[in-house]
Amino acid sequence: MLELSNILETINMIRDENLDIRTVTMGISLFDCVSDDPGRLCENIYEKLCRKAERLVPVAEDIEKLYGIPVINKRISVTPVSLIGGKTDRDGYVKIAETLDRAAKTLGVNFVGGYSALVQKGMTDGAKELMSSIPQALSETELVCSSVNVASTKAGINMDAVAMCGDIIKETARLTADRGSIGCAKFVVFANAPEDNPFMAGAFHGSGEPETVINVGVSGPGVVAAAVKRAGNCSFSELADLIKKTSFKITRMGQLVACEASKSLGVPFGIVDLSLAPTPAVGDSVAHILESMGLESAGAPGTTAALALLNDAVKKGGVMASSFVGGLSGAFIPVSEDAGMIDAVTKGALTIEKLEAMTAVCSVGLDMIAIPGDTPASTICGVIADEISIGVANTKTTAVRLIPAYGKKVGDTVEFGGLLGRAPVIPVNGYGCADFIARGGRIPAPIHSLKN
Amino acid sequence: MKAVISVTGKDNMGIIAAVSTRCAEYGANISDISQTVLDEYFAMIMIVDIDRLKIPFGDFSDSMSELGREKALEIHVMHEDIFNSMHRV
Repeated sequence: MLELSNILETINMIRDENLDIRTVTMGISLFDCVSDDPGRLCENIYEKLCRKAERLVPVAEDIEKLYGIPVINKRISVTPVSLIGGKTDRDGYVKIAETLDRAAKTLGVNFVGGYSALVQKGMTDGAKELMSSIPQALSETELVCSSVNVASTKAGINMDAVAMCGDIIKETARLTADRGSIGCAKFVVFANAPEDNPFMAGAFHGSGEPETVINVGVSGPGVVAAAVKRAGNCSFSELADLIKKTSFKITRMGQLVACEASKSLGVPFGIVDLSLAPTPAVGDSVAHILESMGLESAGAPGTTAALALLNDAVKKGGVMASSFVGGLSGAFIPVSEDAGMIDAVTKGALTIEKLEAMTAVCSVGLDMIAIPGDTPASTICGVIADEISIGVANTKTTAVRLIPAYGKKVGDTVEFGGLLGRAPVIPVNGYGCADFIARGGRIPAPIHSLKN
Repeated sequence: MKAVISVTGKDNMGIIAAVSTRCAEYGANISDISQTVLDEYFAMIMIVDIDRLKIPFGDFSDSMSELGREKALEIHVMHEDIFNSMHRV
């Protein structure tokens, strides 16, 4: 029997607290598209994406109507393109990016992820070609997202790849300077990248995944913030319990949508990603959850502890609500996409160093942070290396999505619009690390990676 | 199977009549209504049986939203599964 209080609670979460399904992402393998003819390869990719994902958007829209819950993004992730490129050269890879973009537009999806290379231990010739094509590919396409996995706890850190990523980011910022260097918002550098992540810009369809799969990312910072506010002055254990219960409810909805999408599309259900993904909308902020816990501002002392509690409780509550949990699963702390983070950065309460500390206890990493356009590539590499080290040493995913906003300096703001929001340009430590980055080679895997 | 129809907005004459007429037209059988008016603000939760719905669920939902726009009300239709999965272990 349906209880009125439950019905009202759910409706309130959706209408007033911005509860939504952040993304239904269909993973599609491109292995059978391989061809030694670059033109044929592109044709195969286009044909397969359009065939397999033909019904993705209509089915997601039907689910929205059925349950009255918004499904914000419909996305596609594909096999890391460097794995299927064969002998493709730089220009050939750009053509593949254009093909992915064209397919995404035909299908009406919001993004396609997987213009990626996995180079944690070393770069194949193909991976190098793909990486060198990323700036051009991102500047000439709209919906293609790219990522490079430069490290893993098992392999250590490929510092040559990190060095290349600094240049990729700088060049992408330059090529998309007329649009606030937005190309950089579509590029992520990873450590321990998950193969089933439904969130952009880092989604790709791993080599161990099935032919096609449905992964769902839930959201709901607004719901958690409202629950924390209602709870008032309770103890930490009560707070953690409350977040667990809320997270359970949010995830159950994700599980329901994932099962329904999987059934309607005839595609296996992969995972639910239990992430708290903020948007720039008022009342949809992870920073505001932290502030609801009693911090004057996100970034104040206590922020890392608050975030650690939040991240852990979200997982504990969510894991029982879904049959398979995966992806990134944790709280996201992008700056430009979170109204509370934007405020905290603007008033100087939150710095890039504090953000780095916070990434040690939540999912992802330094995300959607605008830095001065004249930041040297080697400094960007240093920031990447630091963040990636946190992931490698702690056996977790970390990522870097920095925007060295071309022509902008500290105090300026970069407007991206939509879910990407706006980012105040924040200072980066001005002391150099060029000689450190120039060493090249690999940083060995940590001792605790030797578990066999 | 059941669906929940929520109706909110400024109180007016004939809201329940309009919603129930539309339900009858499309074969949604009303099994429960909970309704209140607070300071001219009308709120109703209606539970309907949709086993004998004459049109696809999505069209029924669209039709109700359309009715809401005509009457300056917020009308949403949601399948019961979302409430069951969220609130029951």
